[in-house]
Amino acid sequence: MIAPDTSTPRAAYEVRVCAGSACVANGSLQIAQRFEEAIARNGLAGSVRVIKTGCHGLCARGPVVVVGPDGVFYPAVDLDAADRIIVSVLGDREPVEPLLFRESPGADSIARYADVPFNARQQRIVLRNCGVIDPESLDSAFAAGDYVALSTALATMTPEQVIEMVRDSGLRGRGGAGFSTGMKWQLARAAEGDLKYLCCNADEGDPGAFMDRAVLEGDPHAVLEGMALAAYAIGASEGYVYVRAEYPLAVKRLRKAIADAEARGLLGKDIMGSGFSYSVSIREGAGAFVCGEETALIASVEGRRGMPRPRPPFPTTSGLWNRPTCINNVETLANIPWIVANGAEAYAAIGTGNSKGTKVFALTGHVHYTGLVEVPMGLTVREMVHEIGGGSSSERPIKAVQIGGPSGGCLPASLFDTHIDYDALASVGAVVGSGGLVAVDKSTCMVEFARYFLAFTQDESCGKCVPCRIGTKRMLEIVTRITEGHGQPGDIETLERLGNLVRSTSLCALGGTAANPVLTTLKYFREEYEEHISEKKCRAHACGALSTYAVIPEKCKGCGVCKKNCPVNAISSVIKEQYTIDPDTCVKCGICEAKCPFDAIIRV
Amino acid sequence: MKTISLTVDGRAISAPEGQTVLEACIAADIHVPRLCFDSRLEPYGGCRLCVVEIEGMRGYPTSCTVLAADGMVVTTQSPDLHSMRTTVVELLLSDHNISCLSCDSSGRCDLQDLAYEFGIETPRYAGETHKVDLEDDNPLIARDLTKCIACGRCVRICEEVQGASVYGYHGRGFNVLPNTPFGGSLTESGCEFCGQCVSTCPVGALTDRRAHFRARAWETQKVESICGYCGVGCTVSYEVKDGRIVRASAPLGRGVNGGNLCAKGRFGWSFTHHPDRLTTPLIRKNGVLVEASWDEAISLVAEKLGAIVAQSGPQSVGGLSSAKCTNEENYLFQKFLRGAIGTHNIDHCARLCHSSTVSGLAASFGSGAMTNSISDLAQAQVALVIGSNTTEAHPIIGNELTKAARRGLKIFVIDPREIRLVRQASGWLQLKPGTNVALINAMMRVILDEGLANREFIEARTEGFEALETMLLALDLDDAAETCGVPLDAIRTAAIAYASAERATILYSMGVTQHSSGTEQVRAVANLAMLTGQIGHPGTGVNPLRGQNNVQGACDLACLPNCLPGYQPLTNRGTLDRFCDYWESDVELPETSGLTVVEMMDAAVSGELKALYIMGENPVLSDPDQTHVLEALESLEFLVVQDIFLTETTAYADVVLPAATFLEKNGTFTNTERRIQLVNKVVDAPGQALPDGEIIVALSSAMGLAMDYDSPSEIMDEMSAVTPQYGGISYRRLREIGGIQWPCPDDDHLGTPILHTKTFTRGRGEFAPVTYRPAPDSPTEQRPFVLTTGRHLWNFHTNTMTGASGGLRELNPSGYVELNPRDAKELGVCDGDMVRITSSHGSLDVPVHVCTSQHSPRAGVAFMPFHFADAPANRLTGGELDPICKIPDLKVTALSITRIEA
Repeated sequence: MIAPDTSTPRAAYEVRVCAGSACVANGSLQIAQRFEEAIARNGLAGSVRVIKTGCHGLCARGPVVVVGPDGVFYPAVDLDAADRIIVSVLGDREPVEPLLFRESPGADSIARYADVPFNARQQRIVLRNCGVIDPESLDSAFAAGDYVALSTALATMTPEQVIEMVRDSGLRGRGGAGFSTGMKWQLARAAEGDLKYLCCNADEGDPGAFMDRAVLEGDPHAVLEGMALAAYAIGASEGYVYVRAEYPLAVKRLRKAIADAEARGLLGKDIMGSGFSYSVSIREGAGAFVCGEETALIASVEGRRGMPRPRPPFPTTSGLWNRPTCINNVETLANIPWIVANGAEAYAAIGTGNSKGTKVFALTGHVHYTGLVEVPMGLTVREMVHEIGGGSSSERPIKAVQIGGPSGGCLPASLFDTHIDYDALASVGAVVGSGGLVAVDKSTCMVEFARYFLAFTQDESCGKCVPCRIGTKRMLEIVTRITEGHGQPGDIETLERLGNLVRSTSLCALGGTAANPVLTTLKYFREEYEEHISEKKCRAHACGALSTYAVIPEKCKGCGVCKKNCPVNAISSVIKEQYTIDPDTCVKCGICEAKCPFDAIIRV
Repeated sequence: MKTISLTVDGRAISAPEGQTVLEACIAADIHVPRLCFDSRLEPYGGCRLCVVEIEGMRGYPTSCTVLAADGMVVTTQSPDLHSMRTTVVELLLSDHNISCLSCDSSGRCDLQDLAYEFGIETPRYAGETHKVDLEDDNPLIARDLTKCIACGRCVRICEEVQGASVYGYHGRGFNVLPNTPFGGSLTESGCEFCGQCVSTCPVGALTDRRAHFRARAWETQKVESICGYCGVGCTVSYEVKDGRIVRASAPLGRGVNGGNLCAKGRFGWSFTHHPDRLTTPLIRKNGVLVEASWDEAISLVAEKLGAIVAQSGPQSVGGLSSAKCTNEENYLFQKFLRGAIGTHNIDHCARLCHSSTVSGLAASFGSGAMTNSISDLAQAQVALVIGSNTTEAHPIIGNELTKAARRGLKIFVIDPREIRLVRQASGWLQLKPGTNVALINAMMRVILDEGLANREFIEARTEGFEALETMLLALDLDDAAETCGVPLDAIRTAAIAYASAERATILYSMGVTQHSSGTEQVRAVANLAMLTGQIGHPGTGVNPLRGQNNVQGACDLACLPNCLPGYQPLTNRGTLDRFCDYWESDVELPETSGLTVVEMMDAAVSGELKALYIMGENPVLSDPDQTHVLEALESLEFLVVQDIFLTETTAYADVVLPAATFLEKNGTFTNTERRIQLVNKVVDAPGQALPDGEIIVALSSAMGLAMDYDSPSEIMDEMSAVTPQYGGISYRRLREIGGIQWPCPDDDHLGTPILHTKTFTRGRGEFAPVTYRPAPDSPTEQRPFVLTTGRHLWNFHTNTMTGASGGLRELNPSGYVELNPRDAKELGVCDGDMVRITSSHGSLDVPVHVCTSQHSPRAGVAFMPFHFADAPANRLTGGELDPICKIPDLKVTALSITRIEA
């Protein structure tokens, strides 16, 4: 039924060049081309093959190249490095020692990608093929096992059995809400309707989150296979992938994947001769964060402004064009083939009590190793930040993490032993959310940090309900005022009152969670707010209006670079003598600090 | 329907299944604060003020979006709710231009009320506010978005009810405001100026511009009456201050319109205060109309008519009644002509619109009226809309269609033009004008072929099917499709949808009736309904939409030459005598029909008709073949015109009598769905102007047939005594029950929403095989275009009222001919260019309006509204009459169009 196309023989030796968005932005495609040209020049196209894969995970060290069956890892490859790697690949295939990964300069090299500490605690289910296969090749996906689960399910399982299996696996929606996927399918299956839809929510909008993008770019067939399995389970015959237009590479690969799958009878009419039909189209979103909310997503697919509507009725009863519609997130769907292939028990064996399986996180911020991480549910924040992330990237300690994007919560270092699962995070006011994880060090002002996320949600509010439209605006004005040194007594109480109103009365989850960054920072970093208001002080020296620049006399050599570069002539001196900064003239642009060759200018 | 029992604030209440908690609370008189709710709109849940606590539900659900359920326990008042609501109101106030001192909405502003309810003197929150310029460059609607609270009611009513979707939301976050596409003005954004947005705006952001600074909300008195424009019969509440109307609105949940109004209903009343109103009788002396007293005028008319009757006999006198006037007035008018003069020469504009409906449906069903009710549309699954520009000519029925379409009603529009309703439709069959019979026959053949004919219904309820079947089986479908110019597939789709729906309805109007084959076309429509059994139960039927506010009543009360009140035949001597006895009249009425409108004009030209009494009609513009009409009016010995303004017709009158408008009198109107409704006097008539009925009473009495009524209510009592369908109608019952749909035979009867439920009025429904006949004035080589005429949304009939209503007048002030872009290109004309259009009846120079749709009107079709004196479409029409009902062919006139060089 599905047989790999054997016309292109598998190459014996693979050079896997990361072609995820981050590495592409760092020039990985030119590197891949360099390899391909060299292989062709040497007439070795038959025995050495370059695979442009999806994301490997360690974006911080991109462009990533992984070579050979052992997976020899070359980080931050440039064209010169590529030339040296190719010599090895075409020659003795010994690792090029100087180019290998090291945790720090002078440390021992680590040759295999799997041995990098970043990967030590990871377990890849969703990302199983990312970094391995060529996402633009259906054969490559076949070779890695894509569509086997679908084939098995169509041939041997009833839709009810598929639902039961997914329910028993304990999988919960990875888009943020964490609703039981099996239960959602059950509701959709039970709903009455001549036509049902199964849609994929790929409207990943959290700042700093790129899990869904990576899956779509790295293994689009896994998502399509998951969609087909879900459609089979609930009885849907049509579906949409709602994906942001800001993900052009993901859209391109998805589009090709759909076309390839259709051409091979894996999607469309009478899939694999089973009698089951399911067709998928792509709808590109115009960049509204709120369209990740399922009722807004439905409105947008229907061609209307993306605005949420009250539920019930839930989409599983009445969704797209008033027909039963099940909407699952990219990551949720990418789990499905694995669950069907390996069984509910295997999945449920991973994770903790009510949080089964793995979760993909986009780890960013002030840690050494930022990138894409898939871990079993239940790791602690500390393990995530320090073991996987490699700890602070500066000499300043990590002081907080924001988990779950702008809807999530901010946890202080004292709570870093909290387990990352649905229940444990909820108990401290955070959420798993869609999987954004931003670690920040002491240079981050928590008021400003909260302001950033609030500005994002206020800007992204659809404006339908009053608390979200005006409430978050007034909160933002107050937080902004605090960071600008105009905070007033009572501001904190007003923020709490408005925050609670916004949380309890907003129409959808965007509004319902918009106040979380402010409320959690008020809970764990209240003293920072108080200092801003009463002492007009920002301990992180991050709030421009509350910081000044000063010259450290002991370090200043009187070179005059700062004065030359100051755009407002705030720095004065007598030649060869000490420099001083006039705080009234200074606009706190920070140029002097950046330009000083002796680190003699600091914020105070 | 199931009844739900729930507990609200400790009180047990009940609600019909499907109601929301908020609706149940409102019905039980439990106050729940709200801003974004309007009973006309779908649940929204935006303002968050109606949050409540419901046992077993998390958080604070909005009562406007949660359906009431059995056993639900709801709390609407608690400290938490109070605090949240207060904060929400404060947030709204923090971005609201608080200018209550001079805001036109002060006193009827929901936000103001809420600020008061929650005792908010100064909101605790302040910050950025919106700076938006006031839009007041149109004459009717002022938009001040600095007062907007973004509740979305304007956006939703424009989309959900009006179907116009002029508004959408602009911006994101705090900057969200309702606005037009690209922020353009309303005039350039396709606004229909229905003012529905004004009616739903809870604050002062959208207001009736003409009411500004005229009256505070608490200074006006509200008088409820029935709109005097189209046949829908909307309930309107007029606000009056110092004897002048300030504003019109529709009370929510009342009447057929349930709170909705169109541009004419909402903004088209100021003609009543126009300075050009007739305020005194005028008598032509030495060719000039000069003011006279009522005594003088009545004596003169009585004397002149008396003399003409004495000299030339009663059949030399004719009368045109008015579908604008009340039932009582129409009854008196025909009583006067029949009882005092002794003639059946009575007719009115129904001749030119639905006479073919009356003749066609009477023959097929036994009754020539709309079979079902407007509210019925909500239950239909499929609607065929044939030759009815519903959203313009019957806008409120257009609203009902729009709403139903959102709930799944499949609409098939059958029209040569891409009318607005096409937007809401599932299919559009763009037929050639005048080919309905070919199209409907083709649909019936498809239905037969598909085995979708309702044999059971045909067997049980009808007769004459064999002849129809024979005719249909001989039909060539491809030929028929070519004749009507509609692809066969489209015909098939519509036919199958109509026939296979559980409940399917037909709405039709002038596109079916205004043909010299009008009666046949109506019978074809009736055949289609009977073939499928789509008649006699809710959501089905054959529904002719009547054009004038009281054209149904004027027909019911026999302002027709061929029947007596209640459509009683006049061929029966006994019936005639009974009426004359009842009226205490000693005239000898003929047992033959009198003259119809067009026949009266012919008779005037030939000299047989010497005197014409016109009550509230303007035949110079409204009747076909203007040249002929003018000749007729000039030929008359004596012409009396009773009207509210000088019109194109009063120019030929010997006596002009000043009449009251529908806003200045009491009486009843009967709407298109046979609903008799009370009309209440809103303001006094100006000067010496009198209600039409009072003028007739005076004249009749002066001519020897005494009429003596203390009030219109007494006239109704007389009408109900002689009109079987109105037997149970009295003012007392109308006040108690509201509108009643005839037939209502006695005092215990609540009216008849659906006709022909068990049997047809005539017993069995009669199939009539009718075959397509080309219109007589079909296009030729010399005249290659087809002229078709119709109405415009902002104008009514001869523009007497709309043209004198400031605001409406400016929207569409003058005539034009509408062409599709390709025809315009071929003719070498652009929008606004002048063309000369010529038919066999006359010629006109008019500006071209090139349609924005590529497809409309159909290639080779030219459309003209007939409202305008500066471009009188009826100068071009005329020709053959329907042999049965004498309706002229107004929809198909061959035309040549040539460009006039500038």
